[in-house]
Amino acid sequence: MKRFLYEISESWKIAAAQMRANKTRSALTALGVIIGIVAVTLMGTAIAGIQSGFDKSMSVLGEDVLYVEQWPWARVDDWWNYRDRKKIKTEYAESINRMIAATPHSNLIVAVPTSSLIKGVKYADNEVNNIFILGTTSDFIVTSTVDCKEGRFFNEVESKGGANVCVIGYDVADALFPSGRALEKMVLINGRSFKVIGVNNRQGTFLGLFSWDALVVMPLPAFNKYFSAKAESDVRVKVQDKTKLAEASSELTGLMRRVRGLAPEKKDDFTINQQQAFKSTLDPVKNSIAVAGLFITGLSLFVGAIGIMNITFVSVKERTKEIGTRKALGARRRTILLQFLIESTALCLLGGLIGLTVAYLMCFGIGAALPSFPINFSLGLVLTSMLVSILTGLISGLAPAWSASRLDPVTALRYE
Amino acid sequence: MSMLNDVTTRPAGPIVIDIENITKHYVMGEETVHALCGVTLQIRRNEYLAIMGPSGSGKSTLMNMLGCLDTPSSGRYQFNGKNVSEMDDDELAAIRNREIGFVFQTFNLLPRSTSLRNVELPLIYGGIDPETREERAAQALRDVGLGDRLLHKPNELSGGQRQRVAIARALVNNPSIVLADEPTGNLDSKTGQEIMTLLENLYQQGHTIILVTHEPDIAHHARRTVFLRDGLVESDEMSSASRIKELAS
Repeated sequence: MKRFLYEISESWKIAAAQMRANKTRSALTALGVIIGIVAVTLMGTAIAGIQSGFDKSMSVLGEDVLYVEQWPWARVDDWWNYRDRKKIKTEYAESINRMIAATPHSNLIVAVPTSSLIKGVKYADNEVNNIFILGTTSDFIVTSTVDCKEGRFFNEVESKGGANVCVIGYDVADALFPSGRALEKMVLINGRSFKVIGVNNRQGTFLGLFSWDALVVMPLPAFNKYFSAKAESDVRVKVQDKTKLAEASSELTGLMRRVRGLAPEKKDDFTINQQQAFKSTLDPVKNSIAVAGLFITGLSLFVGAIGIMNITFVSVKERTKEIGTRKALGARRRTILLQFLIESTALCLLGGLIGLTVAYLMCFGIGAALPSFPINFSLGLVLTSMLVSILTGLISGLAPAWSASRLDPVTALRYE
Repeated sequence: MSMLNDVTTRPAGPIVIDIENITKHYVMGEETVHALCGVTLQIRRNEYLAIMGPSGSGKSTLMNMLGCLDTPSSGRYQFNGKNVSEMDDDELAAIRNREIGFVFQTFNLLPRSTSLRNVELPLIYGGIDPETREERAAQALRDVGLGDRLLHKPNELSGGQRQRVAIARALVNNPSIVLADEPTGNLDSKTGQEIMTLLENLYQQGHTIILVTHEPDIAHHARRTVFLRDGLVESDEMSSASRIKELAS
């Protein structure tokens, strides 16, 4: 055992000496691994980023919120069955809330109406277009995580009274008020002015999915007063226990059928949507991005590994006489095998460390240049790439190291 | 040769190497080369023996056998009572590490390592701990007169000094035999003479030395000469007393 440790430490010293002695060659060979590790690491980061961006966007929808809507979120083939359904009205929320209050041990907490449309928002000479204008009640904060950077969300009095106030998303605030505070300023939406009472924290957007950043929220009566004509409405219902979504969903279906006054034989003329529907449509896309991405970047690492294998073969050939000498002095097969495996591994590990540093800096750069792109450079990723480097070194070094260990000492000593 | 304080033939000890009727043949293409055709030889502890012969006589093959670098095709080889002819690669490596000190014509030092590291190498493979290793390697280098060259690399040393490092490396594990293959072949005659003096001193200190050479001048330093021709022992003689006197003068 002790002898094995001495052999290992000796092998590391030889590997270091070899790299110092052949700087250019080692650098060029390591470059292959560097590129491979950079590619794999960036791809890993991107995949993790997609995942976390997706989850973050999804969290706006809320895991424990059911959406009563005309259309299902999942893609449907029989769209004509949905087209003629009656629109969802915001008044349903009040009816549902009354029924929830009357039901003992209801799975539902509260129904929140929302109405929305896309409009431009102006302040002085600044204008932003395509902003999601949302009218709702003060209960909205129950169904969605609202996190105000400045100010606050509107209260029940403002909500019921339909005050001309609004809470704006980070990007909206950033565009309209590039310098200075947005609070208490009056913004113009479709010619009407609204007082900004809250600004949301930055959330980041991803794949154009829902984000708080490009959102303006106002009390529903105010919204209805000015924008009700073309608005889309739905009712969001917060559930008690997110592990009992199915029960909650069927309870809500019952309530909605009562609201709509459907006879028992009639089909539902509304849809209860939940976040899960999005996940199930987007998961396959996400997974195929991951598989294809890792395969392509894996190829570059494979090319790097071939470079390592090649240079280790060259190294074995060049040092045949040295191998013979070492064998004459008592090096066993294992000793020689270990020596060359450690050499190739050291080279890969060096490449891996440099590659990881480069990838980290690149992520840092991308993060600074494109703040909206979700970067997720985790410790797990670092450990994985180190492990991948070591494995690459061991695998690519195996064939040359094996051939070195099998060399006949007599032939090796005679080699010039 | 006034450096030699005691030019005598020392009494030989017990048998170290005992080979009996060994043969070795190689297949080269379609031809089979018979390098050794039945050699029998005994070498005792504290002998100073030269193996001579023209090229193609089988002396390199015999040296490889004696050095446990190769195993015979047939015949018996016992080293200190252990049967070498049936050992596998790793057992042979262990024997080479503990029992045999190699001195090569081309020195075979690791070019990027210091003298000390070169001499330490057999101790690393022998599993000796780092402190003892360094101590013994330094001592071995001092013994060959290189106490002031411990941290020099081979390219900072003269040919003679390099061969001394190689001899220190051969001796550091205190082997049963020192096997020197043309140790002066790459040296000028003056330096060669110094190396032969060093080997003579080692012999006087009790080491067993086997010298492989084609130069009679070099072989004459040994007390016994085995002459090979066509894979067979042609002669095996003790050097005459007059020859030893000649050495002393």
